[in-house]
Amino acid sequence: MTIAETETRGASGSSGEIMLSVSGLEASYGAVQVLRDLSLEVPKGEVVVVLGANGAGKTTTLRSICNMVTCSGSVTLDGTEIGKMNTADIVNRGVAHVPQGRGTFPELSVKDNLYVGAYTRTDKSGVEDDIALWFEKYPVLGERHDQAAGSLSGGEQQMLAVSRALMSRPQVLLLDEPSLGLAPIIIEDLFQTFKQINEEQGTTMLVVEQNANLALDIATRGYVLEAGEIVLEGDAKKLQSDPAVQEAYLGG
Amino acid sequence: MDLFLQRIFDGFTTGAIYAAVAVALVLIFKATTLINFAQGELAMGGAFVGYIFAVRSDVLDFISEEDTFLKTWVAAILAMIISAIVAMLVERALVRPFDPDDHLPVVLITLGLFLIINAVVGEIFNYQAQNPPMPGLFPNGFEDFWRIGGTTDADGSVSGGARLFWDAAGIVASLAAMLFILYLLLNKTKMGLAFRAVSSNVESARLVGVRTGRVLGFGWALAAAFGTLGAMLVAPRLSLQPNMMAVVLIYALAGAAIGGLDSLGGAAVGGLIIGLVNSVGVGYISDWEPFEFLRAIPLLLSLIAMLLTLLYRPSGLFGTKRVERV
Repeated sequence: MTIAETETRGASGSSGEIMLSVSGLEASYGAVQVLRDLSLEVPKGEVVVVLGANGAGKTTTLRSICNMVTCSGSVTLDGTEIGKMNTADIVNRGVAHVPQGRGTFPELSVKDNLYVGAYTRTDKSGVEDDIALWFEKYPVLGERHDQAAGSLSGGEQQMLAVSRALMSRPQVLLLDEPSLGLAPIIIEDLFQTFKQINEEQGTTMLVVEQNANLALDIATRGYVLEAGEIVLEGDAKKLQSDPAVQEAYLGG
Repeated sequence: MDLFLQRIFDGFTTGAIYAAVAVALVLIFKATTLINFAQGELAMGGAFVGYIFAVRSDVLDFISEEDTFLKTWVAAILAMIISAIVAMLVERALVRPFDPDDHLPVVLITLGLFLIINAVVGEIFNYQAQNPPMPGLFPNGFEDFWRIGGTTDADGSVSGGARLFWDAAGIVASLAAMLFILYLLLNKTKMGLAFRAVSSNVESARLVGVRTGRVLGFGWALAAAFGTLGAMLVAPRLSLQPNMMAVVLIYALAGAAIGGLDSLGGAAVGGLIIGLVNSVGVGYISDWEPFEFLRAIPLLLSLIAMLLTLLYRPSGLFGTKRVERV
């Protein structure tokens, strides 16, 4: 991707407003502190990536935003403080979360998975339209709409998990290691889809990844998380060429 | 042949009752992966509430005496609603405050509830069979049956044959209706969708905005209502008394285990299997002299059936095999 492209996207996608902002976030499991004074910002319409090794606290960061773990600190969504809200209210306000690994409902049919994804919506016909749209985008899901989601392959399940999350028409999509356990060709496809969704629907995304290169390719900004603390942040392009990042996450 | 048919009828009838309670157990197991040991007592308490409306109080006296069945049905529906509300409150106050991943406290609480409900009802009504008895939801007189087969004597009187009692047919039909309503609730309503989502993946259910607490309350309410209907149906046969559901609960547990603890259809089938094992199995085996003792402890055969099932199919006949991907 060229710098010119980045600039165009910056101009169209971002209005400079902050969609999601986290500051002073602390989280711990029992006596073990996982996040220390963590702060990050996701501008409206942009894709931001958080890099980090296993155990750095990436998943906990996303779970804290949805209030799925005990944590303290401030989280604001489009200017509203959501840090103290319960998960259902946060989702209602437009946060969708694709958890790590299997984010689907394995016993439910593919179609029911999408219906559940639209749980917070009340526009019935809009939901049907969106389902038709996803079946068009991923024909394999349409062909298997009656099958249990658990019978799909790993890649198909991840497609379903993403479609399911987007069924709620979120303002922010949180993606927890979407590439985990998938074949490289499928991963590339998936990230193309993220980019497309971001560009077409203007969905703001916060992606947590170990697969740094692909993630930085579609992102505008990046953070590097180490042992629960942000150690590096900046423009995605700059991070991609940063020697320390290259050594740690891009294989030299 | 007549005897065989008779035993099949009997098996289906008691089996339907076990199935009703087994379905109630599975409803809660699916949502929380725990066994509610108080399920039988909640149902018994519900049946006593129905008994109060049908017999002991005069609130339903506006329904004329001739409509005894209407009055009993209205009492049963009121009892189902009340037990559903009580179960929801119990879930909210005594179950939800505990960590759902830590099963021991909740199991102890359901055991405690078992004892408390039993003791409270026993204190109020005493432990004897209630008099006047619980009226039936279906005609259950000595002559209320269809005769299948049998021979007609020269004087026109009929004898022999298998007797299909009207209330037995009614009990089985009620179970079928109950399963159908449950199917509609779970598959055609938004709450049902949420319930299935929570049973499948609690974490992801929360992440799509499902208020999991309310869904669990809904599961408890449904289970209590169906359990109460089961107890109302069985009460005229077992005679209404505080300990009547203890044995039913054990058979229902065996049925649920045979069917697969996380399968509602499986629970219904398992309950019916236990009913048939009790009636046909125990009936024929105990006719054989060395096994006469089975008549005194019919539970033994059900437990053997459960053991054999679990030995060859650890997750029951229709249960989901747990395969964890890593």
